[in-house]
Amino acid sequence: MASSRVPILLASGLLAVSAFPGAPRAATAQDVQRGKAVYDRWCVECHGAEGRGDGSAADRMLPRPRDFVQARYQVRTTASGELPTDDDLRRLLEAGMPGTAMPAWPNLGQAEREDVIAYIKTFSPFFEDAPPAAMDFGSDPGGGDATLESGREAYRRLECWKCHGDSGRGNGQSAPTLEDWRNLPIRAADLTEPWAFNGGMGVHAVHTRLLTGLDGTPMPAYSDALESEVVTAEELWHLARFVDAMGPGGEPEVSELIAAARSDGDLPGSPDDPVWDAVRPSYVPLVGQVIEAPRQFSPTVDGAWVRAMHDGEELAVLVEWNDPSESPDAGWDEWQAKIAPVLYADGAPVASEAPMPDGLAIQFPPAVPDGMERPYLLMGDARNPVYLWHWDSEGGVTEMRARGLGELEPLDGGWVDGAAAWDDGRWRLMIRRPLSTGDPAVLTFEEGVAIPLGIFAWDGSSAEDAIRGSISSWYFVYLEEPKSAGVYLIPLLAAALTGVLGFAVAARAQRRAEGSLEEAAQTA
Amino acid sequence: MTRKDWTRGISALWVVAIAACGGGGDAGGAGGAESAGGEDAAAGGDAAPAAAAPAVDPAVAATIAGGVEFAGVHPAMTEIDMSEEPVCLDKYNQGPPTTENAVGMDGRLANVFVYVKEGVSGEYPTPSEPVLLNQEACRYLPHVQGLQVGQTLLIKNSDAVLHNINTQPTANRGFNISQPQAGMESRREFSRPEVMIPVKCDVHGWMSSYVGVVSHPYFSVSDMDGSFSIGSLPPGTYTVEAWHELYGTLSQEVTVGEGETASITFGYSADMANADVPMEEPLVIRHAHAGEHETAVVAGAGR
Repeated sequence: MASSRVPILLASGLLAVSAFPGAPRAATAQDVQRGKAVYDRWCVECHGAEGRGDGSAADRMLPRPRDFVQARYQVRTTASGELPTDDDLRRLLEAGMPGTAMPAWPNLGQAEREDVIAYIKTFSPFFEDAPPAAMDFGSDPGGGDATLESGREAYRRLECWKCHGDSGRGNGQSAPTLEDWRNLPIRAADLTEPWAFNGGMGVHAVHTRLLTGLDGTPMPAYSDALESEVVTAEELWHLARFVDAMGPGGEPEVSELIAAARSDGDLPGSPDDPVWDAVRPSYVPLVGQVIEAPRQFSPTVDGAWVRAMHDGEELAVLVEWNDPSESPDAGWDEWQAKIAPVLYADGAPVASEAPMPDGLAIQFPPAVPDGMERPYLLMGDARNPVYLWHWDSEGGVTEMRARGLGELEPLDGGWVDGAAAWDDGRWRLMIRRPLSTGDPAVLTFEEGVAIPLGIFAWDGSSAEDAIRGSISSWYFVYLEEPKSAGVYLIPLLAAALTGVLGFAVAARAQRRAEGSLEEAAQTA
Repeated sequence: MTRKDWTRGISALWVVAIAACGGGGDAGGAGGAESAGGEDAAAGGDAAPAAAAPAVDPAVAATIAGGVEFAGVHPAMTEIDMSEEPVCLDKYNQGPPTTENAVGMDGRLANVFVYVKEGVSGEYPTPSEPVLLNQEACRYLPHVQGLQVGQTLLIKNSDAVLHNINTQPTANRGFNISQPQAGMESRREFSRPEVMIPVKCDVHGWMSSYVGVVSHPYFSVSDMDGSFSIGSLPPGTYTVEAWHELYGTLSQEVTVGEGETASITFGYSADMANADVPMEEPLVIRHAHAGEHETAVVAGAGR
């Protein structure tokens, strides 16, 4: 038992150096002094002068910056309870911690990184103990998709779903109660968004997190389960592959243009209408609204998938986003009560301590602009307002005009029609509207032009409302024009021509080959 | 860290169970401390006379015994909603479990960790017997216990559900491991003294336990009647500290002569409920070579 916890006894001098040619020499006082200069310039704002993770920016972040004095490091290759290796710290500087405020540091040279690592380690006397060693992770037995079912079974049996949810969206039954070591609320990772994994994505990264846990968070290490043969090494790899497959296979590409295909058939009638399956979703990243107070630096909703189609008469838009709570959600009341004092300490009060609804708004300019002109991103301004579709989980969809962030005024056109459904940590919201209404107060959607579109989202169970929530930058929706007959004919002609030419080329090549064979035979 | 979050205690049902089990799994009880102190200390004296603690002649060994009193009314217990975990809920056949940290008979306080904080010198051998921390019916058994530096904490899952054992020490390294299956056992040791180490299960937010790690065998945990006993002590003068998760610490000095039993009483009261409960925190001193920043030194290392 616990062989993985035994530090490898390669601590001393030459042996370590010869075993690991890349291993650094011991840090000197000069390294530490230089490291302090790097730290004071780049790290102190978040991690604090004394390394306690309490810098001036820290109280807006969730999770909070690392406390180097307590030295509980989430992302390691060492057993739970161990310090990170120097290589672990190097990787964190190189890659940052996705899903957190910790960026990568490509601006720091290798020497500066080594120095700042030496300095960071002086904050905790634990680093004076024997240096930690990476665990033995074995090697991926492979097996590809055939192992996914075994991974799914491990996910069920090891009760990953208790926190992460059946579909992995961080909405398991224990998720609303989770706290980190500071007793601050912490979200269970949304396994469908692996690009926000603190330790990075991919089967190997997931497998490493499974064995090491994420110290300081509720995520435990499954090292003892492996040693006790409650789970086999192979099953743990299968589980890692299954978790990896919960995401879309890498970070989604972001395209500024959301194409609304023109449909000759019926537009979808509901968010779950299978007609939507044929439309490719576009990913729209969202970030916290941090321009105007009250700000949100750690929003719940960090992206939305948008689909659109039209039939020349009406536009239908489907927006899907992950939100572990179906607010107002009694199961998350405790979370809501805890998160407001933790995240919103910047003075702006929370509008209500009562349960709040979820919300999503799509903003457009009030008329198709000439050129690239767009209203101010934060819901326009006094001179250039925006036109919004505003949905919330209690009131449905309404049209609004805004002249600045949160400066909403309802419009009484009643042109929009919407429906939303929440299932297992995911909202699906469909909104339909006639392209043209004759109402000068609302946008007329024209075909064949790029119309600016932006998204706002609010998670009621994180006490987000009004201007506290997430926003996207401007994107464009493009309504495809009807296709002329030529559109269909030209590809057919092109295909036919290609076929004829291809046949000719192949035939000639064949004749040549036959010729060479004959020559070869004659020579022989 | 607020202690409020760690204040979910143990139901009367389980306290009774612990009290009934006495020193069974819980070496922090008076019995465990006595046997460890007597036999092992003596053996240690033979093996390593230079660093070892003085052997205690049973003929002159002293005892500190007493009680923890409580003025006021124990807070009302509230039910734990365990409906999400029927496997555990079904183990309670006398109504749903309650959450309470402040328990004891009228006028008494249980689950107080009592230990000799000062006055003990020398090194004590590590007992070979592990100390059990059991997870049963989605509760920790026992709720409070002690063990010695280096002694094995045997962590067992007696429930057919996932538990994770998230220890949150500061002077020691905190680990967080999963036990997804009934019967699974894990073993860990703590290398430095620390009073107290919180233990929690993140899957079941109501589960909470405290472990006191001491460098010697002189510790005890108060029973439902508030009683505790620390035996096999060398005669001398000691500072004895009482620690409670909700009501904080009390301390007193006591001198005990050869073969004597000194009786002491700790008096807690309901109005101490918001006490700032001290947990081990790393001491802060000037760091020699960093020069300008302060760094932590592990607390209790010299204790």
